[in-house]
Amino acid sequence: MALAFVPRPIAFLPWKALLIVVMIAAIGMVGLYSTRPGGGGGLMPYALPHAMRFSIFLVMALAMSFVRPERYSEFVFVAYAGVIVLLFAVMVIGEVGGGARSWLNFGFIRIQPSELMKPVLVIVLARFYAGVPPREVKRWSAIWPAVLLVGFPTLIILAQPDLGTAMLITCCTIVMMFLAGLSLWLFIGGLLTVGAAMPIVFSFLLMPHQRDRVLIFLNPESDPLGAGYHLTQSKIAIGSGGLFGKGFLNGTQASGDFLPEPHTDFIFAAIAEEWGLVGGLFLILLFALLLRWGMKVSRHARSRFEKLAAAGMTATIFFYAAINLLMVMGLAPVVGIPLPLVSYGGSAMMTVMICFGVLMAIDRNTRKDERRR
Amino acid sequence: MRRKLFGGGPPMTEGNLAQSFSRRAFLLNTAQTGVAVLLAARMGYIAIAENERYLGLAESNRVHTRLIPPRRGWIVDRHGQPMAINRADVRVDLIPDFIEDRDKLLADLARILALPPEEIQRIRAELDRDQGFQPVPVAEHLNAQQYNMIKVREPDLPGVSVLEGFARYYPEGAAVGHLLGYVGTPNRREYDAENRNPLLITPGYKVGKEGLERVMEQRLRGRPGQARVEVTARGQLVRQLQTLPDVAGTPLRTTIDAGLQSFAARRLGEESGSCVVLDCQSGDILCMASMPAYDPNAFSDGISHPEWEMLSTDPRHPLINKTLNALYPPGSTFKPAVAMALMEAGVDPDETVNCPGGYQLGSRRFGCLGTHGPMNMHRAIAKSCNTYFYTMGRRIGIDRFAAMSRRLGLGQRFNELPVVSQSYGTIPDPAWKQRRYRQEWSQADTLNAAIGQGYVILNPLQLAVMAARIASGRDVQPRLVLERHAQPAILPFNPVSFEAVRSGMDEVVNGNGTAGASRLPFPDIRMAGKTGTAQVRNIVDANRGRAGTAWRYRDHGLFVFFAPVGAPRYAGAVVIEHGLGGARAAAPVACDVMTYLFDKDRAMQRLLPLEQSWGGNVVERSARRAAQWTNRAPGSPPPPPPVPL
Repeated sequence: MALAFVPRPIAFLPWKALLIVVMIAAIGMVGLYSTRPGGGGGLMPYALPHAMRFSIFLVMALAMSFVRPERYSEFVFVAYAGVIVLLFAVMVIGEVGGGARSWLNFGFIRIQPSELMKPVLVIVLARFYAGVPPREVKRWSAIWPAVLLVGFPTLIILAQPDLGTAMLITCCTIVMMFLAGLSLWLFIGGLLTVGAAMPIVFSFLLMPHQRDRVLIFLNPESDPLGAGYHLTQSKIAIGSGGLFGKGFLNGTQASGDFLPEPHTDFIFAAIAEEWGLVGGLFLILLFALLLRWGMKVSRHARSRFEKLAAAGMTATIFFYAAINLLMVMGLAPVVGIPLPLVSYGGSAMMTVMICFGVLMAIDRNTRKDERRR
Repeated sequence: MRRKLFGGGPPMTEGNLAQSFSRRAFLLNTAQTGVAVLLAARMGYIAIAENERYLGLAESNRVHTRLIPPRRGWIVDRHGQPMAINRADVRVDLIPDFIEDRDKLLADLARILALPPEEIQRIRAELDRDQGFQPVPVAEHLNAQQYNMIKVREPDLPGVSVLEGFARYYPEGAAVGHLLGYVGTPNRREYDAENRNPLLITPGYKVGKEGLERVMEQRLRGRPGQARVEVTARGQLVRQLQTLPDVAGTPLRTTIDAGLQSFAARRLGEESGSCVVLDCQSGDILCMASMPAYDPNAFSDGISHPEWEMLSTDPRHPLINKTLNALYPPGSTFKPAVAMALMEAGVDPDETVNCPGGYQLGSRRFGCLGTHGPMNMHRAIAKSCNTYFYTMGRRIGIDRFAAMSRRLGLGQRFNELPVVSQSYGTIPDPAWKQRRYRQEWSQADTLNAAIGQGYVILNPLQLAVMAARIASGRDVQPRLVLERHAQPAILPFNPVSFEAVRSGMDEVVNGNGTAGASRLPFPDIRMAGKTGTAQVRNIVDANRGRAGTAWRYRDHGLFVFFAPVGAPRYAGAVVIEHGLGGARAAAPVACDVMTYLFDKDRAMQRLLPLEQSWGGNVVERSARRAAQWTNRAPGSPPPPPPVPL
C-alpha cells in the first residue's frame, strides 16, 4: 500500500488517524475562534494558542511514535515514581486552579501531574497484567497489586480534590482489568453492588448540596438560575442550533455569556450552536473513528503488553470525550472534564496526545512486524 | 486451585486469554459505539425535536424587551397654555439583578456623579429594601458632562442603566402645586394595584401622586413603546434590534386660566390662604390657588428629607390644599345664603329689625359688631348686621336656611370634580346634632348658625360655588376639565330673591358697606361681595382674635364675591387664614384678582410693589426660606409665621 518513493518511517505513520486528530483539533480551533469573549470571533485569546499548543504536542506525539513500545514498559516505573513525587510536590507547593490544588508551576510551564498520571498508569497496568501468568489471572494476586498501584496516586488526586480525574482513572483501570481477563463475576458483582448501594449512598452518605446536584442533574430546569444553569444553557445552545446551526460567529449563547465556560468544558455546545446537529455529529463521528482506530491498534498488536496498553490509551481518550459529551447534553452530572483536543487548555490535550503517541508507537511496531514476516 | 477466585472453569492458558481479550475488546468496542449512538440520538433529539423550544429560550436569553415609558400628556389651561410639560432628561438607575460588586459600583458612581454620602446611603437602603423588585433611581437631570462620563463607563458598570427620557416639568412651579399635584416613582402598593403592570417598574416611569396628575393618571399616561435590544448575560447591550415608539398621552385641557392661577398664587403673597374663581355661568374653575404650596417640580424629582421636614413643620401648612381640604367657619360670608332662605321663606326684605348692638336670648347676649339701629335686609347684608340675621334666622328656623345653604353648594361634596379628596364640612341641623352629639338642638345653635359660626364649617370652594349660584341663579357645578356641557339648570327660586341678595352684596363693596375699600378700579365694572370674619377661638365679643394676639389665634378673613354686577360672569371666594378680617385681608385679594380678569396690566402694576414689599417673588422668597431652614440651629423651632402688614 505504501508508495515506493516515500521513506519507510514516514510511510509507516498512521496517516488516517493523524488526519482525524488534526481535524478534531481544527474544529476545536474554529470553535475557539468564535468563543472569543465579547463575541465577534478572533484568533486571540484562544484559537491561536490552541493551534500552537497542538502543533507542539503533535510533534511530541510523532516523536513518541518512533520509540519502541518495550521502552515504555521498561521505563514506566521510573516515570511512575517521578509522577508520584510530582503529586506530593503539588500537595506542598501546588497552585490552586478550578477549585483543586492540582497545578505545578515551573515558571515556563504549568502542568497538572494528575494528567501525566493517566497514561503512566495505563502503561503500569499493561506491564503488570502482561507479566501475570495466564493461570494466575483469576486470583487475588492479579488484583491487589494493581489496586495498590492505582489506588495510591488516585487517593492523592482525590485529596486535591480532583474528583473528575480520579473518576477517569478509576474507569480506565476497570476497563483494563476487564480486558486483562479478570473474572466476569467480579465486574457483574461490582456493578450490582454499586447499583444496590446507590439509593443508600444518595440518602445517607451524600451531603445535602451533593444530593441537590444529583437532583438538579435529573431535572436541570428546576433550578435554571442556580446549579442547573450550566446544563440548561448548554442544552439551549445545542437545541437552538437545530440541524445546520446558526452559522459561524452567529451563536448568541457563547458570545452573550449565557453559556458558561464556552471555551473549555462547554465548547461542544458552543460549536453545536453554530454548526448544528450536522457539525456536532461530525465531531462525534471523528472521535468514534479515532477510537475505532485505537481499538484496531490494540487488536492487531503483537504482545499482550501492547494490546493492553493500546486499549487503555483508547479507553482514556474515550472516557474524556464521552463524559464531556454526556455532560453537555445533560446525560451526566456537571463535572469539570474538557473535550480533548477541542477545549482550550493544555493538560487534557497533553494527556490525549501522549496516548496518541503511544498508540502510534504500537501501531508502527505492529506494522513493522507484519512486514518482517 | 485454592486461591482461585470465583470457582470453576479450566485454568487459563495463553491461548484462551488472547481469545478472552478479543471477546472483551469487541464487547468494549460495542459499548463505545453504543455510547456514540446514544450521544448522537440525544443530540438529534435536543437539536431537532426540541429545536423550537430551545430556539425560543435562546431568543429570550438574548433579546430583552424594554418598555419605553410613554411621554405623559401635557396639562394645559383653557387657552392651551401648558401647565405641565415634559422635558428631555437623562437619568441613571440601578438594576439590582445585574449588579456584581455592589460596594465597588457605588463607589464608582459616587465618584463619577459626585453623589453625596447621604445619597449613597439612600441607594444602599433602597437596594436592600426592594431587592430585585424594581430599578433604584440613582440620579436624574444629569448635565452634559456627567452624561458623557457615565455613558462612556456604562459597559464596565454592570447593573447601571443610563436612560435618555423625559421628566415632568411645571413651568408655574408652586402656583400650580396643589392644583396639578405631582408625579413620582410608583410604590409597591401602586404596582400591585395595577396587577404588576411592568410599565410601573420601568426606570424613569412615574405616576401621578397628587392632584390632577393622580386623578387623570390613566388619561395622561399614553401607551408605552418597546425597545427590543440584544443583551449579554450580564445585561450589557449588544445592539438595538427594533424600536416601537411610545404614544404620548393626550393633553388634558383644564378649565384653569394659567395666568389667573399664577396671579392669584402670587397675590396671596406671604399669607396662608386660598383663592378660588369660577366662571359663574358654566362652573369652570378659573383658578384654585392655595398658598403657600410645595413646588411640584421638587416633588417630582423625589423630595429630600430636609425639604420635607421644612414643609411639614411650617405652621402655614404648605402641604394642605386649602381650597378643598381646609375647613373654616364661614362667618358672615354665610349671610347671603341665609338671606336667600329668608326671601324664599317669605320674609319681607323691607322689614326692619332694630340693632341695639346685640341680641338677647334669655339670659345670654349674642353680640353684633356694631350698634346698627333699624336694619332691613339690604342694609343688614351691607353692614353685616348680626342682630338682623339672629332675629330673622330664628324666625324661619334652622331647617330652612340649612336646606337653602345646601342647595347653594355649602357642605356639599362635588362628585364630578376630579380631585383626590375634598373635605366637605358641616351644615348643621337638629338631626345632625342628634346624630353627632346625641343632643337637642338649641335656639343658641340657630343663632350661631345664622351668622356662619358655631357648627358651620366649609371649604373655600363651596363658598365660591355659593357665590356663583347666587350670582347666576343657576345650579353650577365646579369643573376642572374643559369640555362641552349643557348650561346648568336655573335654580328653582324666585328671581326677586336673587336680586335682593345680589343688591345687598353690591352695597357691601360699592355702597355703604364693609368692603368699600375694595372697589374695582373701573368706572363701569362693579364687584359685589360679602366679607366674613371667622373666630378661631371663642373669645367674648370685643376681645376676639384681633391684631396683637398670637398669629394662630387670630381670626380668619373671608370674602365671597362676583362680578360684574348686572351681568355676573365670575364668582369666587378668598380665605386668608388668621388674616384678622374679611374686609382687611381677603377682599383686597379678590379685588386684585378680579382686576386681573378685566385688565391684566393694571393688576400687575398693583402686584409688583406688593411683592417687593414682601421681599421678592415666590421663587426668591421660598429660596430664602429654604436657606434659613437649612442654616437654622439644630432643634430650633420652626420658622415664625408671617406678620401680615
